[in-house]
Amino acid sequence: MAELNLVQAINLALAQEMERDDRVMILGEDVGLNGGVFRVTDGLQKRFGEDRVVDTPLAESGILGTSIGLAINGMRPVPEIQFEGFLGPAYDQIVHHAGRMRTRTRGAVTVPMTVRVPVGGGIHAPELHSDSPEAIYSHHVGLKVVMPSTPYDAKGLLLAAIRDPDPVMFFEPKRVYRSYKEEVPEDDYTVEIGKAKIVSEGDDVTVITWGATVFQALAALDELPEDVSVELIDMRTIYPMDEDTIVESVMKTGRCVIAHEAARTAGMGAEIATILQEKCFLHLEAPVQRVTGFDTVMPYYKLENHYLPEAPRIKEAIEQVLAY
Amino acid sequence: MPRKVAYKTQIEHLQILDENGKLDAKLAKEQGKHLLSDEQVQQSYEHMTICRQYDEVAFKLQRSGRMGTFPQNKGQEAVAIGSALAARKGQDWLVSAYRENAALFMHGLPMHYVLTYWMGDERGSKIPEGVKITPLSVPIGTHMLHATGIAWAAKIRKEDSVALTYFGDGATSEGDFHEAANFAGVLKVPCIFICQNNSWAISVPREKQTASETFAQKALAYGMPTIQVDGNDLFAMYAATRQAHERARKGEGPSFIEAVTYRLADHTTADDASRYRDPKDLDAWKAKDPLIRLRKYLESKDLWTDEQQEALEAKAKAIVQEVVKTAEEMPKPDITDIFDYTFEELPESLRVQRDTMRTTSLGQDPEQAGLGARAAH
Ligand SMILES: Cc1ncc(C[n+]2csc(CCOP(=O)(O)OP(=O)(O)O)c2C)c(N)n1
Repeated sequence: MAELNLVQAINLALAQEMERDDRVMILGEDVGLNGGVFRVTDGLQKRFGEDRVVDTPLAESGILGTSIGLAINGMRPVPEIQFEGFLGPAYDQIVHHAGRMRTRTRGAVTVPMTVRVPVGGGIHAPELHSDSPEAIYSHHVGLKVVMPSTPYDAKGLLLAAIRDPDPVMFFEPKRVYRSYKEEVPEDDYTVEIGKAKIVSEGDDVTVITWGATVFQALAALDELPEDVSVELIDMRTIYPMDEDTIVESVMKTGRCVIAHEAARTAGMGAEIATILQEKCFLHLEAPVQRVTGFDTVMPYYKLENHYLPEAPRIKEAIEQVLAY
Repeated sequence: MPRKVAYKTQIEHLQILDENGKLDAKLAKEQGKHLLSDEQVQQSYEHMTICRQYDEVAFKLQRSGRMGTFPQNKGQEAVAIGSALAARKGQDWLVSAYRENAALFMHGLPMHYVLTYWMGDERGSKIPEGVKITPLSVPIGTHMLHATGIAWAAKIRKEDSVALTYFGDGATSEGDFHEAANFAGVLKVPCIFICQNNSWAISVPREKQTASETFAQKALAYGMPTIQVDGNDLFAMYAATRQAHERARKGEGPSFIEAVTYRLADHTTADDASRYRDPKDLDAWKAKDPLIRLRKYLESKDLWTDEQQEALEAKAKAIVQEVVKTAEEMPKPDITDIFDYTFEELPESLRVQRDTMRTTSLGQDPEQAGLGARAAH
């Protein structure tokens, strides 16, 4: 078993699935010869040819609109959008067509495509290269929204996404791309979409997070006194949400901190807090707390760390719900 | 009814100054009073040299970790300067992408702003009063619509103002480009579309970007005059923009210019063009460098000496050094800067976030979290 980073794990998943299923194809800007701006598709065009790994014109609506057509007519497209900020031009295709096609046609026409998009901040990128759009696409119906934080999960979730009969937004936290390695099996395995992962078990407080913030939460845990026992949950899938895992955990701990990079208002933290309030109100020992980005533009990189929910802010929130 | 031709046209290519710095006498004469004066050429050459130095220093700043990603302008200076020379500073609008520094500087953007911007500081996006430009545009292909709108407003308000918008060859693939051009054509607004065809959109060559033979012909679909220009030729860029500008001011509507040029650097400092580009192509284009061409021209007219060149290089270095210093010595932005420009007046919840720098409610506002009530018990 090889130790891979997130980029390598996704590349491996793509290669193996293209090998296994010749309906799978990759399309996007610079994904071919260049291997994508993050090199996630590196070497795939060489291996599978220009018909299966396609450098398209620079047009996100074009890429996702044609992917919908490809999917309708028997292919399994895995389009790449270079940065989340450039989903904008394709928004209409995603939310008004991909997400609704099954419903509109009463199941006669479906859109099995997986849209891969690097997301999130923390890499000193220019503006519009650091946002976290998971709440937006979770709010729109008919889309599954996945965000792995580790190479192992990324491979398993990507295979599950490509095989999923419905459209999946596959968000890759770019801050983790090359910062973390772990063993990733060569075997064909999937990680179920819609299942959260308990990263560490604990009794005093539940910390719920996903994407790059998982690593911030882990760092926060390291800073806490040893006798504080934290249950850390990596959601992995944002929609559909694994309510059972979070509810069960908060029933046990009675306290919860939710951390995510996206802005606070109408972020997924709001949704999770509501679920907890509905399902384990009588078990709560403290108000559920959020540590999130501010309700502002994600600042250019000189100030981005003030915006991101970094470890110290998560730690402080944990201390506060414990002291409540 | 027999078949007949419904539409027929051709695309003209304009070059006035050739690759050896030789001016086409007949074409030059045609320009009449619109031909660039010696003084203008000299000034342009100086400006180009300074911008080239700026570009190279910016690249080094990135490589030494003093700046974030930077898109070099190298090789494309004649497009920016030739067109910007034809526009009136403070009166016409420049709606640019991110590879037209030279034009923005000419029209009043302080040089350190662009560095500040790529250093990850919002203040680099602030437009000084009286400068008629829009901020650098990162999303590809979306800003041309703004140019159409700006020109539309000028028309409605009977303002004597023209909007020039710059974009790459790749940008013509985005739907917004077609919407901008279509609106401009239909509404007959004073807008000039300047396509910087530098052969590449990151790793994608023009043949994979479009099946049409020229970018210029795309404008035909929107009913506007269009021309292909040697984008490394300052004279041709100036002449074509000048013409489009006159047309716009006369109320004859938008025009399109395809400037054929070449990106002499990587797409940005995050890119490695050697992965996809043939070094032979690059070398061939290096020989067509607009700076070399202009210098040859000036020398052939005895308007330029080695001493002048030396002095200019020293001057360029000094200017850019000063600009870098200004950018680097700016005090770190205030954290509250993140909030202050979100709205004219901050909503209460945002004010709380700013004043406490928190998104949790516990501890930031005891009442809100119920702590006040508890404390009272
Ligand atoms: C909407 C959008 N999609 C993708 C990108 C990523 N991207 C940045 S520059 C670029 C290529 C642009 O090519 P072109 O328009 O020809 O301009 P050039 O950079 O060559 O001057 C791409 C794909 C982006 N910034 N915006």
